[in-house]
Amino acid sequence: MVMKQDKTDSRSTTKKRVFLEYVLEAVLAISLVLAFTTVVLLIAGAPPLQSYVHIFMGSLGSWIRFTHVIKAWIPLVLCSCGLLYTFRIGLWNIGVEGQVVMGAIFTTALMRMGTGTGYPSLVLLLSCLAGMTGGALWALGAGYLRTKGGVHEIFAGLGLNFVAQGMVLWLIFGPWKRAGIASMSGTETFERSLWLPTIETLRISPAGIGIALGALLITAWMLRYTNVGLRLKAVGNNAQAAYLFGLRPGKYMLIAMILAGSFAGLAGSMQVTGVYHRLIPAISSNYGYLSLLVVMLANFNVWITPLVALFFACLNVGSIQLPMVLQLDSSLSGVMQGTMVLAALAVHFIRSRLRAAYTGGT
Amino acid sequence: MRKGSLISFVTGVFLLAVACIVPGSVQGSDKPFVFGLLLVGPYNDHGYSQAHYEGGEYVQKKVPGTRMIYIDKVNPADRPGVTIVQLVDDMVEKGAQLIIANSDDMKDGIREAALQHPKIHFVHISGDDVLTGKAPGNLVNVFGRMEYGKMMAGFAAAMTTQTGKIGYLGPLINEETRRLVSSAYLGARYAWETVLKKDPKDLTFQVTWIGFWFNIPGVTADPTQVSHNFFNSGYDVVISGIDTTEALVVARQKVREGRKAWAIPYDYIGAGAGAPEVFLGVPYFNWGPSYVDLVNKSRAGTWKPAWIWLGPDWKDINNPDTSTIGFKKGDALSETAARALDAFIADLGSGTVQLFKGPLYYQDGSVFLKDGEIATDKQIWYMEQLLQGVLGQSSAR
Repeated sequence: MVMKQDKTDSRSTTKKRVFLEYVLEAVLAISLVLAFTTVVLLIAGAPPLQSYVHIFMGSLGSWIRFTHVIKAWIPLVLCSCGLLYTFRIGLWNIGVEGQVVMGAIFTTALMRMGTGTGYPSLVLLLSCLAGMTGGALWALGAGYLRTKGGVHEIFAGLGLNFVAQGMVLWLIFGPWKRAGIASMSGTETFERSLWLPTIETLRISPAGIGIALGALLITAWMLRYTNVGLRLKAVGNNAQAAYLFGLRPGKYMLIAMILAGSFAGLAGSMQVTGVYHRLIPAISSNYGYLSLLVVMLANFNVWITPLVALFFACLNVGSIQLPMVLQLDSSLSGVMQGTMVLAALAVHFIRSRLRAAYTGGT
Repeated sequence: MRKGSLISFVTGVFLLAVACIVPGSVQGSDKPFVFGLLLVGPYNDHGYSQAHYEGGEYVQKKVPGTRMIYIDKVNPADRPGVTIVQLVDDMVEKGAQLIIANSDDMKDGIREAALQHPKIHFVHISGDDVLTGKAPGNLVNVFGRMEYGKMMAGFAAAMTTQTGKIGYLGPLINEETRRLVSSAYLGARYAWETVLKKDPKDLTFQVTWIGFWFNIPGVTADPTQVSHNFFNSGYDVVISGIDTTEALVVARQKVREGRKAWAIPYDYIGAGAGAPEVFLGVPYFNWGPSYVDLVNKSRAGTWKPAWIWLGPDWKDINNPDTSTIGFKKGDALSETAARALDAFIADLGSGTVQLFKGPLYYQDGSVFLKDGEIATDKQIWYMEQLLQGVLGQSSAR
């Protein structure tokens, strides 16, 4: 009895410590991000405090603005969920960007077929499934190159990103062009019945939010309570040991890639059905790359991920105020995102040094 | 209880902050008339978007009590994830009562936004939603008859070329660009055959499309490269149809290498600055007067759906207060050519010269205008192909 008490006590203290560690790291990361961006703003001759107020108010200052934050948050969360699987097994799925694009392509293909059939809900559902399939296939490509071809997934992923982007351009300028028009503007807009249903008065899409929350729950459950989750971790921690225990690392890498690709593909579906209502060259909005940052800054934690995603979504939506109100050069928000990459990498570095210190320098 | 009071304190502070920062929300009746401008390119692009930006500045100067808010680079490549609807929502929250979207690329977005804000007035520049019946009642289409400007550009090009080869740096292919290329060609052909009395067979007029209104690396063809290709393959005049000044820059480079090269930029009265040795002139939009008119209508409550296509003021096409389309002659245009151009402009204005008059044929040989037929506005607006005699794609393959 007493012993048991002790055990739970010590477990809860470690839990507390781990949680504190997370909070500390998150604070560290955000302060680094703020410090870096403040320097950038100062260099650009912008008033930092005022800039932050504008970004904050521009994203959370009104309900309408918040709905636009949510629109960016949904695909970010989906991509991040997918990346949690691949990071868990130790894969750098940089191909997530291309998987979003492929998802968008497959979604558009199905919506084109489903236009005018009279079953909009069914078409939307199938389009999202198609998007997941497209993303998964693209991820599987990188996975196969890694497991069978020995090509590092970063190179395979980057290569496939270029191919996917090339395909979008080709489709928009070629087979899917608007009648009589050759423009990189994008394909014809889909009819309104094929837009992701939105509550007009609130301006939000319950389906989109439901899908994002569902993805979070499924991912948390999969990683924590299922055999697959455990095995992904086992392979990720030590592929050789896992192999000796009878796990085939290659198989689980492919599973992780398929899961990641499906979520990324679904993000592509959301971009097509919920945001742009057509296919455009920049359909991914760079959310794939951004979600790599999200997951790293969230320390690969499934519950911190949506919060960090929210932070980035706010920044994306709010930073439009800088050129609009302060007449700052518009490229500044790009510079700010770049500095965030640096901050993320710095935190990543500090964290691994801290870990090494904790565990006695291993 | 303490928790409750803390929450209400925080909420209070937050609301106060909102009230202080969101403009217009607590202001009295003396508030200015705010109009918003969505620019597809940079506000200082020396081309299309700058012309609009300066139109907005003109309104602020001429109509007391107006204030412009604008956002530039409104395109998915420059601002990933940012949508037209989002920007319009933001401008409306900032108090905008009239919103002008300046690009063809914004057609779908601005229609969606107009449906969502029925009390706000919208202008889509270059669009035809009112013609096609897709526009809600608060949306107006406005454009300038740049066809005349392009005819002048083509005329100046043909008067200048020594190789008889004129290149047209085309943006993307749609109805607008087809009619503009065709107009430039008609102007060039008129100068070549009627003024210079040369053999039509010796005139080459080629269009090469890049795929968008300006360079997007990795997405469009590179306009600098396309311009180089023109000059390197015997073309000595390049007419630009894109929003930025690459043709002019490359032409200057060629001249400095000791070659003969000229260019005609597009859209903006100041586009030729910095390259006088190659600058033949520029057909430009002068949005000020039409913007003033739109702002006045919106303020007075006399807003009506309309499709407006504004031409030059033929009394003086370069009058900044009356003419929507102008042509600024450049230093590199010879005196003879300049005189001929003045006569040409006078003839266009008086109607003596009518270039959209049959017989005219499309590229595939089918009839665009029968013998003696003069094109209606709609026929010109909706040209299906380029005219016979123009080399280059009429539509996507």
